[in-house]
Amino acid sequence: MNDRKKVRIASCSLAGCFGCHMSLLDIDERLFDLLDLVEFDRTPLTDIKHCSPCDVGIVEGGVCNAENVHVLKEFRKNCKVLVAMGACAITGGLPAMRNNIDLWDCFQEVYQYEGGLEGGRIPNDPELPLPFDKVHPIYEVVKVDYFLPGCPPPADAIWKFLTDLLAGREPKLDYEQLHYD
Amino acid sequence: MEPCEFPHIGEHLAPIMERHGGDATRLLQILREVQDCFHFIPPEAVSCIASHLKLPRAQVEGVAGFYSFLSLSHQGEYRVLFSDNITDNMLGKPELMQYFCNKLWVEPGKVSEDNLVSVDSTSCTGMCDQGPAALVNGWPLTSLDRNRLDLIAELIRMKKPVAEWPAMLFEVRDNIRRPGMLLGEPFEPGAGIRAMLARGAEATLSEMDVSNLRGRGGAGFKTASKWSFCHAAIAEEEGSMICDVGGNPERFIVCNADEGEPGTFKDRVLLASYADLVFEGMTVGARVIGARKGFLYLRGEYRYLLQPLEAVLARRRAAGLLGENILGETGFAFDVEIRLGAGAYICGEESALIESLEGKRGRPRNRPPFPVTSGYKGRPTVVDNVETFACAARIAEKGGAWFAAMGTAQSTGTKILSISGDCARPGIYEYPFGVTVEEILRDCGAEDAHAVQVSGPSGTLVSWQEYGRRIAFEDLPTAGAFMVFHRQREMFAAAHNFTRFFAHESCGFCTPCRVGTQLQKKIMDKIAGGHGTPADLEELKHLGHILGSMSHCGLGHSAANPVLDTLRKFPGTFERKLKALSFEPAFDLDGALETARKITGRDDEWAHLS
Repeated sequence: MNDRKKVRIASCSLAGCFGCHMSLLDIDERLFDLLDLVEFDRTPLTDIKHCSPCDVGIVEGGVCNAENVHVLKEFRKNCKVLVAMGACAITGGLPAMRNNIDLWDCFQEVYQYEGGLEGGRIPNDPELPLPFDKVHPIYEVVKVDYFLPGCPPPADAIWKFLTDLLAGREPKLDYEQLHYD
Repeated sequence: MEPCEFPHIGEHLAPIMERHGGDATRLLQILREVQDCFHFIPPEAVSCIASHLKLPRAQVEGVAGFYSFLSLSHQGEYRVLFSDNITDNMLGKPELMQYFCNKLWVEPGKVSEDNLVSVDSTSCTGMCDQGPAALVNGWPLTSLDRNRLDLIAELIRMKKPVAEWPAMLFEVRDNIRRPGMLLGEPFEPGAGIRAMLARGAEATLSEMDVSNLRGRGGAGFKTASKWSFCHAAIAEEEGSMICDVGGNPERFIVCNADEGEPGTFKDRVLLASYADLVFEGMTVGARVIGARKGFLYLRGEYRYLLQPLEAVLARRRAAGLLGENILGETGFAFDVEIRLGAGAYICGEESALIESLEGKRGRPRNRPPFPVTSGYKGRPTVVDNVETFACAARIAEKGGAWFAAMGTAQSTGTKILSISGDCARPGIYEYPFGVTVEEILRDCGAEDAHAVQVSGPSGTLVSWQEYGRRIAFEDLPTAGAFMVFHRQREMFAAAHNFTRFFAHESCGFCTPCRVGTQLQKKIMDKIAGGHGTPADLEELKHLGHILGSMSHCGLGHSAANPVLDTLRKFPGTFERKLKALSFEPAFDLDGALETARKITGRDDEWAHLS
């Protein structure tokens, strides 16, 4: 057993598709090496609902509704280092394509023009997260320490980034890991 | 599929296409005329022009989409564009524009429901000494106030054609306050050419060399060197060049009248009242480098000068100063064609200007090769500023030594400044190089000036502590803009205005500039909105470094100058706007939920963010 205190990592997906997390799983058997060094707090893998004090927070996806803000602020409050993982977290990405469409038109298209469970009414349940009129990158809501680009970032880039960080080095990705075509 | 809006567009376009003779280099001119005709470029017209000029449709649409005076979507029958320079803003442009929009029931940037009118902002129209200014269907409106806007709104409601509007609305004054050797001394058309012919072309180039004239567009390259490089340029691929009987490649001379730098308007005055001097300089240059054809690239904002300039050209042709055998000299042939721009600052960059002359998007070329060896249509081309040609005409007439006696060691002659902003007498001032900022401020009646933006947003911000500095290539090089700010002005507002300008004018070719100028604008918007933090200032500095070192051309290189200069010289203007926090969201979180609250009718605790 490794006696060294493990680094505690939390992660979440806001307005994202979990593709970045899938890419994280793509580090395959290196997950075992990772588990020697880290322990997971709130992540989609652990199903912990709230983030507690952590060393590293990894956020996938942009900010599209009020709940995203609560989660993101909780992460920022608890994580020493906050990482924006993937295009949506960094720029708003694919969900931000709705930014050119009026929110009222979006609602009408979804709830009124197509038949649905609500009987043509726009739902107003407080349990539903209330959307912003635009989708925002996470750096517009909290301070972000690192940006890990890609859609999704390749597993090797995630691995390199995390191992650099865990070794106490400034993370640095090679050109090949940032070159996508 | 929607029915075709203009099924018989071919018939409408036929006269335009005929006038331009199927010449693809005239694409921009064709699109301008189509825009005038339909108030936008209909998709059918794009197809029709593409097939006529044998160009890909995407290229025609690309050009139409590039220039801000062309539009691929419907615009109002009356398109009113308010000049958005900081000097116009200081004279009340934002309030006036809102007043005008309210009067006509139209939102800025949108077309009124009856398609009658659209109102928007545009980059500086070069009327800073008589602002606030605007353009209506391309014609300049000056000295706007509520009374004038009332009248304009009424004329639009009555659907009176712009040509029938009262002339006083379009009056553009020269406002020459301090003439020097260029503006003050009489000039007899032909005097420069006669002196050159008597002396010979070689000897005239020597006079240019002695004069040490440097380009007046701001960069300050020695004109004699440019001319001699072009003269010496040989056809790189033998046979592919059009050559004259002596085997010399075809050459071109281009006058850059795309005076887009906000705050600059001296070329407008030169072209309005000293066009002979400019064309004379072009003719002298043509003889020296061996060009038979010249272009005057006139910025779209100065379209009102087109007819007067054509008249000057016609008069010069009649007087034997243009055309074949100029002044009886056998084989000395030269003529000038005027081409109009369509609202793109980048076309002031010489290689982008050449692209635009060729009918393409104004995208700066890779350099080298420089235009002197490979310019218009790949031929050796000299591109010089309007004022440079005016100086060249004087030098041809009076000699290089006469010219070099004025100014400083490295900056000979005089410089025309266009002064605007907070001063009693804005207008045109001609000074010998070496004049101090302090002297200029005294002459134009600027009291309690806090700062001066010399040479426009891409130039230098001079603070009150530096008023001993001199206008000269050795110290403060300038294309002519001189915008004065009173000490009660918020310098942040000027920097903010300039970042908006660069974000709008970036040509979009290279990523550092396309994205960098947008990010810069976004951060400045954030600070202006009261959400700024010290981290944003660091980010601005970092962005400035990227823009300055990674961009493709001068636009990107200088796009961060106003922000960096203001941060360095007036840090307080930024700091006063910052929230004293380490981080602040870029937008109002709770406000951004308002739309959804309205739509859903919710007002519960989860529908709010504090």
